[in-house]
Amino acid sequence: MNVVKTLDDLMCVRNAAVAFSESNHPAESVEIKISMATCGIAAGAREVNNYLAALTKREQIPVNIVQTGCMGYCYAEPTIEVTLPGGEPVVFGFVNNAKVDNIVTHYIRKGVMPEDAVWIKDKVQTGTDSSPRQLHIALRNCGHIDPENIDDYIKADGYLALGKTVTQMTPDQVIKIIMDSGLRGRGGGGFPTGLKWQITRKVEASRKYVVCNADEGDPGAFMDRSILEGDPHTVIEAMVINGYCTGADRGLVYIRAEYPLAIERLKVAMRQAREYGFLGERIFGTDFSFDIEIRYGAGAFVCGEETALIHSMEGKRGEATVKPPFPSESGYNGFPTNVNNVETYANIPAIILKGAEWFGRIGTGKSKGTKVFALAGKINKVGLVEVPMGTTLREVIFQIGGGIKDGKKFKAVQTGGPSGGCLTEKHLDLPIDYDNLLAAGSMMGSGGMIVMDEDDCMVAMAQFYLDFSVEESCGKCTPCRIGNKRLHEILQKITSGVGEESDLERLRNLAIVIKDTALCGLGQTSPNPVLSTMNNFYDEYIAHVRNQACPAHQCRKLTQYFIDPEKCTGCTLCSRSCSVDAIKGERKTPHVIDPILCVRCGTCFDKCKFNAVYVH
Amino acid sequence: METLYLSHSNITKLHAICEEYNNDPGELINVLHAAQGALGYLPAEVQEVIASKLKIPVSKVYGVVTFYSFFTMTPNGKYPVSVCLGTACYVRGAEKILEELERQLEIKVGETTQDGLFSLDCLRCVGACGLAPVISIGGKVYGRVTPEKVKKILSEYYFQEK
Repeated sequence: MNVVKTLDDLMCVRNAAVAFSESNHPAESVEIKISMATCGIAAGAREVNNYLAALTKREQIPVNIVQTGCMGYCYAEPTIEVTLPGGEPVVFGFVNNAKVDNIVTHYIRKGVMPEDAVWIKDKVQTGTDSSPRQLHIALRNCGHIDPENIDDYIKADGYLALGKTVTQMTPDQVIKIIMDSGLRGRGGGGFPTGLKWQITRKVEASRKYVVCNADEGDPGAFMDRSILEGDPHTVIEAMVINGYCTGADRGLVYIRAEYPLAIERLKVAMRQAREYGFLGERIFGTDFSFDIEIRYGAGAFVCGEETALIHSMEGKRGEATVKPPFPSESGYNGFPTNVNNVETYANIPAIILKGAEWFGRIGTGKSKGTKVFALAGKINKVGLVEVPMGTTLREVIFQIGGGIKDGKKFKAVQTGGPSGGCLTEKHLDLPIDYDNLLAAGSMMGSGGMIVMDEDDCMVAMAQFYLDFSVEESCGKCTPCRIGNKRLHEILQKITSGVGEESDLERLRNLAIVIKDTALCGLGQTSPNPVLSTMNNFYDEYIAHVRNQACPAHQCRKLTQYFIDPEKCTGCTLCSRSCSVDAIKGERKTPHVIDPILCVRCGTCFDKCKFNAVYVH
Repeated sequence: METLYLSHSNITKLHAICEEYNNDPGELINVLHAAQGALGYLPAEVQEVIASKLKIPVSKVYGVVTFYSFFTMTPNGKYPVSVCLGTACYVRGAEKILEELERQLEIKVGETTQDGLFSLDCLRCVGACGLAPVISIGGKVYGRVTPEKVKKILSEYYFQEK
């Protein structure tokens, strides 16, 4: 492979890649893409891939099977996308070997949709149509290209932005484009990206660093993992551009060790980028050199915070420090360091190629572009979605997400993870952007969006998040280390049915004190789930302390299961599924639950076909 | 803490790992990742060897090992069982799965069964939220788990051992 030294070289590589795939896969071949991200593989995508390859080979069907990253339809994994020659792509969900047989015999051979196929009809728009439901900018290549093939990325305009930047533009011109676009940090804070780059650029130092924050710690968020697994080259390209603009020659990716597949694909991509000369000495034949190293996280949520992340990269405990000095002035080993999140980087090449004006037209007043959300929880279509800023929660949850699971009633949605807050029915028509979410008592966060239904107790939910914050507190400052512990204790008291009304006052006061006095972002935001649930669901707190009752029947110590002897048919299903043998009774006679043995797991409640089990 | 003596070959292994990272204290976390990968866990002796090789106090190594949840000072079972307690799994009933595992294995979180087969741990989000609730056993991810399925999943492993 010859190193790419000019934009013309890049075009040659691109043309060669196109010619190569055309000669290998003639026009009559069927294109099949298999979503091979972590969740797809866990659901069996690898078996499907092998089976499909063997089957099409045996039946001599001309195919081009591409293993892509996440297509976003996580609820329906494994998913495959089939494009017949000259046809539109069709996505099939819940694919297994039997379904592959049917897809091949009916759809690929005859063009007829098989009866048992789960056909995903949502179409994602990647253009600039007036009001698309989803618009993929950061995810533009995810699920479309093979992440382990650099030629695929180059065919999709990959490294073109880098080429243009280093050969035709000055760093200031590039920074101006990023500033004009209005792009803000997608990791949660929402700091203007262009401004951050400019600050780092202006600091004089013998060495500077560019860091990619891939320490996706918010439990229930998987945007960054999906981007790295589906399109690692875009992150590499953007980091090199960032290096060119800020004057850094070294990049570091700080990534969670829990993401082995993302790490593997990033390593493959880095190796390919080096071979092509997009990383290393004299990039595109200029004087600019840049290379990237990987640093591993080791499981600490606080390391998503810039200063803690930098300490962790230095091999220390990931404790946060007071800002200023900001990392842009003094970061990794004391050198100016520009830290951006994975999703922020994924936007950069697209902005440079399509222009600040194009990007600025998408979104709302102060929040431009799109946001990727990991939609999860009690929702029908768990998945990865990217929508323009200003889309409402209702559109995301009910249109894209397909509404609440099992026909239950929507109760709340948590954005911003453990640092955010819950939003309720009355916020459903709120256009999502940084400022609106803050005003509503939550925050954008990194993009986790967890939907809760009527069966979720909001006090228990607050306790769950506090449990997380207590465990993840680095222990450096008192409000977070001790304050959160006390908050957690009060919540525990309430959910155990021994709380008093005066506890609610203490809870709120302490939460406010922690918010005002903690050192870093983790501590300052950890009381948010408590405050927002108190603001929106005060009646649930009251029910817990005044009546010792949990309206959602979730708090174990406040619930008891009974069997209605009128309705029970004695089918024994409940007693057979009870793992602690707490249900007694003869066949065809009403059963009884022993409250002492019962662990309130709710299995009998879920299992009973006659609605004979009830909760109090 | 129980006394444990590292074999000569393990000490050599640790030295080699430190040297691979140029004995640079800034690479401590990478060194610990590699050491845990090679030996399975990071008991006090291992930390002492690493500290002396990198020329830093043992307290510093200990501080880092105990700070990050990925590092462990106790050996895992042959099949380490991890329950995802991320938010998506939590709202879909991960706690019940955890309780069922504790009951079936007769151990608490952080412990290892007496026969050394299973150890039980929690983790925060493997990112497979579409399959919630999720558990992983020795790196294999099981999705859409229910309390009833737990016994069946474990029996696969008991069966292998027979």
